Amino acid sequence: MRKSSAMVPYLIWMALFIVIPLLLVVYYAFTVTTPEGTTWSFENFTRFFEPIYLRVLWRSLALALISTLICLLLGYPVAMIMAGNAFSRKNVIMLLFVVPMWMNFLLRTYAWLAILERNGFLNVLLSSLSLPRLNILYTNAAVILGMVYNFLPFMVLPIYSVLSKIDKGVVEAAGDLGANSVKVFTRVIFPLSLPGVVSGITMVFMPALTTFVISRLLGGGQFTLIGNLIEQQFLVVGDWGFGSAISMVMIILILLSMAIMSFFEDEDKEATLW
Amino acid sequence: MTENIVQLKGVSKIFDETVALADMNLSIRKNEFVTLLGPSGCGKTTTLRLIGGFEQPTNGTIWFEGKDISNVPSYKRRVNTVFQRYALFSHLDVYENIAFGLRIKKLDEQTIRQKVGKMLELVNLQGFEARDVNSLSGGQQQRVAIARALVNEPEVLLLDEPLAALDLKLRREMQHELKNMQKQLGITFVFVTHDQEEALSMSDTVVVMQDGEIQQIGTPEMIYNEPTNAFVAGFIGESNIVDGIMRQDRLVDFGGARFECVDVGFERDEPVDVVVRPEDLVLIPVEQAKLTGVVRSVTFLGVHYEMIVDAADGTGWLVHSTLMEPVGTTVGLGLAPMDIHIMKKVSE
Repeated sequence: MRKSSAMVPYLIWMALFIVIPLLLVVYYAFTVTTPEGTTWSFENFTRFFEPIYLRVLWRSLALALISTLICLLLGYPVAMIMAGNAFSRKNVIMLLFVVPMWMNFLLRTYAWLAILERNGFLNVLLSSLSLPRLNILYTNAAVILGMVYNFLPFMVLPIYSVLSKIDKGVVEAAGDLGANSVKVFTRVIFPLSLPGVVSGITMVFMPALTTFVISRLLGGGQFTLIGNLIEQQFLVVGDWGFGSAISMVMIILILLSMAIMSFFEDEDKEATLW
Repeated sequence: MTENIVQLKGVSKIFDETVALADMNLSIRKNEFVTLLGPSGCGKTTTLRLIGGFEQPTNGTIWFEGKDISNVPSYKRRVNTVFQRYALFSHLDVYENIAFGLRIKKLDEQTIRQKVGKMLELVNLQGFEARDVNSLSGGQQQRVAIARALVNEPEVLLLDEPLAALDLKLRREMQHELKNMQKQLGITFVFVTHDQEEALSMSDTVVVMQDGEIQQIGTPEMIYNEPTNAFVAGFIGESNIVDGIMRQDRLVDFGGARFECVDVGFERDEPVDVVVRPEDLVLIPVEQAKLTGVVRSVTFLGVHYEMIVDAADGTGWLVHSTLMEPVGTTVGLGLAPMDIHIMKKVSE
C-alpha cells in the first residue's frame, strides 16, 4: 500500500509532463482546424511526404549519420586511450571531455560561431600563418562540426565505461592463444565493447537527428533540418497540426532506431549510461 | 626424459621497487608435471607469467627448447595458459571459446570441428557446444579454459591456480583429471598453487618458493621427507621446529636433552633448526623418554589424534598418533634418529 501511494507524485508528474503532452501531439497531428471547425484528418501526414519535406528529412538523417560516424571514429580511440591509461592521465582526458559539458549548450555553440566567422579566431590564425582562409561557417561542414563537438562525449563515455570493465585477463588469454594485437582487438576487445558502441551511437544519433540549435546557428538557417522544421511550424508558421505530425514521424523514427539498436545490445545492460 | 624444455637463467623481475623474483634459475624437463608452490607473493605467478610472455624479465633470460625467447611476445610462444579466473570470452559460446586459437591459426572448419570435438570429450563437456560460457558453473568454466588451452597442442601448459575457485570435492576430482590428462597427452605442465597437498599429490617435481627465491626443488617425497630449511618444513605439512645446537656430527642438543641424529657437515656448537614431523613423535613411557611433557589438548581428527604436549622448557610439541592420553597426563615422547631433521638457520 505504501509503495503505491509513494508513486503518486511520479504518476502525476508523468501524466502532466509526458502523457498529456504526447496525447496533445497526437491530437494536433490527426486534426485539421479550419474556420468551419476541427476535423479528424491524415492531411498533416500526407503533406509531410511532399518532396520538399522529404528532402529535409533525408538531409537530417544524412547529417546525423555522418556526425555519428565521425563521433565513433574519433571517440573509440579516445575511449581506448582512457581505458588503457594510468589513473592520473585518464582523469585529465576525462576532464577535457567533461568540462565543456558543464557549460551551457548554446554558449558552446555560439563559441564556434566566433571561431569560424569570416574574421573569426580560425581565420585570424590561418592568415597569420599565411595560409588560405577557410569559410566553412554556414555550410554542412560547420553543422557536422557542431554536432560532433557537442555530442562526442556521449560517444566516448559509454564506450569507455565498457572498455574499462573488460578483464585484462581476457586480453592476455587472446594473446596466449596466438592472437597478435590487431586480432586481439578485432576478435575480443571490439566485440566485447559493442554494447558501449551501440549505446554511444544511440546517444549521439538521436540528439543529432533532432537538433535545431546547431543547424540554425552554424548552418545560418539555410539548411533546414527536421528539428528546424518542427520549430518553425510551432513558433513561426503557427501550424501546430503539421508540427505535431512531423514530431510524430520523428518519434517513430527514434523508436525504430532504438529497436534496431537494442537488437544488437542483447543482455549487457550495465553498458548503457542512462 | 632429461631434455629441458623451459629454462630460466638468472631471471629477476622487479615491479616498481618490489623484487618479485630474484635471480631465479629453473629447468623444466619435457613431459614433467612441475608445481610452483609457495605462499601468496612468493613469485610463483610471476614466474608463470614470465614463461607465458605476459611479463618481461628485468634481468636474465628465458629459454624454450634451447632458444632464447625472452623477447618473444606471448602470441608467438608455443605455450598456453589456463588463467586463474579462467578469462573466458564472454561474447563467444563454449565451442567458439575452444576454437579461438584454431581460428587464429586459420585452420579449416572441418579440422576445427574435429579438434574441438576431441577436446570437449577430453574435458567431458559434450553437448555444451552452444552454451553461453556465463551460464556454466565454476567447474565447467574451468574445463572450457583447459580445453581452450589444450586444443592448441602446446608444448607446455601453464596453469595459474586453476583449482583455487572450486570447492573441495570438485577440486579433488579435477586434480585427478588434470594429472590423467597430463599423462595421456604427454604435455609439460607448469602448475602454480599455494596448496601443498595439491602440489604433493599431482607433481613430478615441486619447486618451493618464498620471497621471490627458490627454497627447494625436488620430488614430492624429497620435499616432504628432506626439507632443506625450516621454511620448507613449515610450509609442507605440519612440523615442530625448535632451536637446537649441533654438538658434533650426528649429535644434537634440543629440548633439554642430547639426541642422536643422522645429519653431518655442521660446525661444532652451531645453532640449528631442528624439525620433527608430528607423526614421527611417538608416545612412550615417561621413564624411557628424553623428552617429556604434559598433554595440553587432544583433538580427534579421524585417522589420528592431534595432541599438543607442553615440555618443561615451554615448547608445545605437536603430536599425531593413533593412540591418545587424556589432557593433563605427563607423557614421554620418543623419536628415531632418522626422524630428526637438522637445518641450517636462515640468517634473517
